Amino acid sequence: MSMRSKIYLILPVLIFGVLAVFLYKGLWLNPEELPSPLIGQQAPQFDLPPPRGADAGFKTADLHQGKISLVNAFASWCVPCHAEHPLLMELQRETDIPIYGINVKDKPEDAEAFLTRNGNPYNGVGADLDGRVSIDWGVYKYPESYIVDGDGKVLYRIIGQITRKTIQDIILPMAEKYNGQAAQS
Amino acid sequence: MIPEIGQFALVMAVIVSALCATLPLVGTFRNDRQMVAMAPNLAAAQCLFAAIAFFTLMAAHVTSDFSVLNVVQNSHTDKPMLYKIAGVWGNHEGSLILWVMVLSIFGLAIALSRTIDPVFKARVLSVQAFIALGFFLFSFLTSNPFIRVNPMPLNGNGLNPVLQDPGLAFHPPFLYLGYVGFSVAFSFAVAGLIQGKVDGIWARHMYPWVLTAWSLLTIGIALGSWWAYYELGWGGFWFWDPVENVSVLPWLAGTALLHSVKVVEKRGALKHWTVLLSILAFGMSLTGTFLVRSGLTSSVHSFANDPERGLFILAFLILAVGGALLLYGIRASRFELGKPFHPVSREGGLVLNNFLLFVATFIVFVGTLYPMILDGLTGQKISVGPPYYEATAVPVALLVMLAMVAGPLMPWTLKARMGRILKFLAPAAVIALLAFIANWWLAPKPTLVGTLGLALAVWVGVGTLLYGWRVYRLQDGAGVMARLKRIPRSSYGLILAHGGVGVITIGITMSGAWQSDFEGKMDIGDTAEVGAYSFHLDNVEETVQGPNYEARRATFTVTKGGSLVKVMTPETRFYTAPPTQTTEADIRTGPLGDLYAVVGEPSPGGGYAIRLYYKPLVSWIWGGAIIMALGGAIAMSGRRKLPVVSTAQAHTSAQPAGAAE
Repeated sequence: MSMRSKIYLILPVLIFGVLAVFLYKGLWLNPEELPSPLIGQQAPQFDLPPPRGADAGFKTADLHQGKISLVNAFASWCVPCHAEHPLLMELQRETDIPIYGINVKDKPEDAEAFLTRNGNPYNGVGADLDGRVSIDWGVYKYPESYIVDGDGKVLYRIIGQITRKTIQDIILPMAEKYNGQAAQS
Repeated sequence: MIPEIGQFALVMAVIVSALCATLPLVGTFRNDRQMVAMAPNLAAAQCLFAAIAFFTLMAAHVTSDFSVLNVVQNSHTDKPMLYKIAGVWGNHEGSLILWVMVLSIFGLAIALSRTIDPVFKARVLSVQAFIALGFFLFSFLTSNPFIRVNPMPLNGNGLNPVLQDPGLAFHPPFLYLGYVGFSVAFSFAVAGLIQGKVDGIWARHMYPWVLTAWSLLTIGIALGSWWAYYELGWGGFWFWDPVENVSVLPWLAGTALLHSVKVVEKRGALKHWTVLLSILAFGMSLTGTFLVRSGLTSSVHSFANDPERGLFILAFLILAVGGALLLYGIRASRFELGKPFHPVSREGGLVLNNFLLFVATFIVFVGTLYPMILDGLTGQKISVGPPYYEATAVPVALLVMLAMVAGPLMPWTLKARMGRILKFLAPAAVIALLAFIANWWLAPKPTLVGTLGLALAVWVGVGTLLYGWRVYRLQDGAGVMARLKRIPRSSYGLILAHGGVGVITIGITMSGAWQSDFEGKMDIGDTAEVGAYSFHLDNVEETVQGPNYEARRATFTVTKGGSLVKVMTPETRFYTAPPTQTTEADIRTGPLGDLYAVVGEPSPGGGYAIRLYYKPLVSWIWGGAIIMALGGAIAMSGRRKLPVVSTAQAHTSAQPAGAAE
């Protein structure tokens, strides 16, 4: 048996080895965690009209009303967004935290269908047709949400779906703490 | 006390599988008959302990034993009995026990086989036991389902209601049966590499396992897609979600394997490729298990994220797949060359089939893993969505359909006369062309890819019928029945499996291009027109009481041309344990089309968000999958008794390296 054919046969295991290295590295990456350069900064400047099917648009000034609020980037083409939506509806029903939406790169009819089918939990929702505003926010994966304080400062970033756990452990405590402090001062 | 029995069985299973993974294998090298003969007994013992562990866990779930953490986290006294049972595998820990029990049952089936040579059988069982050992250890060390909780809570947290569904209750077992079925192919491949010999008899013994695994996996994937269709309430049936993709990866590799192992069996060619595919198919099953449980990909319905568990599976994956590939690199040069064949022959066609299916596997694999690899390389985060797969995997699928009709008509080894084959298939081409034109002109929402897909589906369907007709005419016999009886079962299997692909594709393309829908607000008393159907919203009840949920239920009277078709009652359910909301679409399934109704949130100005669809032929998607699996089962039933592998032959090849050179 010649050496040459043996080297050829060892190729599959080499390819697999490279793949295994990536899988190993990937293990220590958390797809849900990524620091945002925006944390502690002012939210970007924008003024978006509402998509079809919603009444109120969304602009930077909405985030300067003295109350902590949740900004949610979503799209009808994003499957987890559909799964997340009932929780936003619940949050809107059961708390007084204002929720704002950025509807990213959706056709008007798709955005309308999404909001009629799933409900509209947003105090204001902006149609980000070319995705520019979501880039300013630094959204990299949908859905993605931000907790913003009453002066438009970004406090926290939630990548991926909001879960009941995120609401219990992060959103509600932050809102309680912040709104409590605001009431004292 | 009962959970401790499970704990004990788990420990015993670890010990027995460790013994079975080593002793018989060593015995085959030492020519120690006693050690070799231990393999079937150890495999049986391993299966027994796995079953005890599984049924102990089931008993804890059925009796709502809330002293067990796994039951607390996943069950609730109010849960219907079906879901108490299904809840056993509806969670990470329990599903692992099911996985490894199925693995052990397959091991037992090999152990009971009378036709496999004892030495080869011992090696196969050792490899099987090695895989089982990995999973028993994984279960015992990182995911033990028998851990007690103190103090004992009064009730459990409940099963995620989205998973509380008959379709999903049986989706994981089928999927696992398929995944684990490929473990047998893997074990055969590794045992073949150890003995340095792979031949037609090897392939004949392996083929039924591949066929079984493939059929069960087909059903498993179809069940998952059916569940998504009616439970998620989006009207779709496939979302290219990472968790869906990882179930399709072993299926694609397995479909390639199903075809290539035939070539080894009939002609002794493609040995290297078949061995690699066996490793790949099971490697994909393991990768799927790894990805779903490590939290590497985020998805709508994956298990909890836990790097420690991920590390364990990865280590195991590297050991099993890396080890097998290394063994391949060292031993595969011993394989004898297969018989040569003309590039344009049945073998050549199957090589093309394998090439396309491999490319498809690669595309889906890259789409699933690319975000993670990019993250690892550059820190950039992206997600891969349906547009990627539509641009890459769909064209490959269309090419597969284009080619798969001609393949069975080509002769083994010799150059096929393609001119004659194409002439024979001309009617299929003409009908496909007509379907293309008709769909392009008449469909309300035609797309080029959809129309091409429909035409190719018709091509596959009619072409497969033509093939069937040719097989029928080749049989001698008086009368139709006599001839039909003479057609080999494997030909029936081929016709059904290939025909099923056509049926599925017709379902996918027709339900897309010919769908009628209504999405919007409806008040009580309103009527919406969807295609030929009128949906009248009679009323909406806000609090209908279910066994462990409350529901909002809408009642529609659906009429067609004035006559009643059905009263439909879609619901939105609000579960309390754990608090979750699910959409229960009401679907009237029919062979010609489905009516699909969903009730959503009440609108602020009155009325409700309603979605209504008419989806023509959508049920063909799952019907086609059943036809394919049925084809697999019929082909299985026709396998003749396999001859015993000559022991002398196996022993010769079992001699230490060097002797054979």
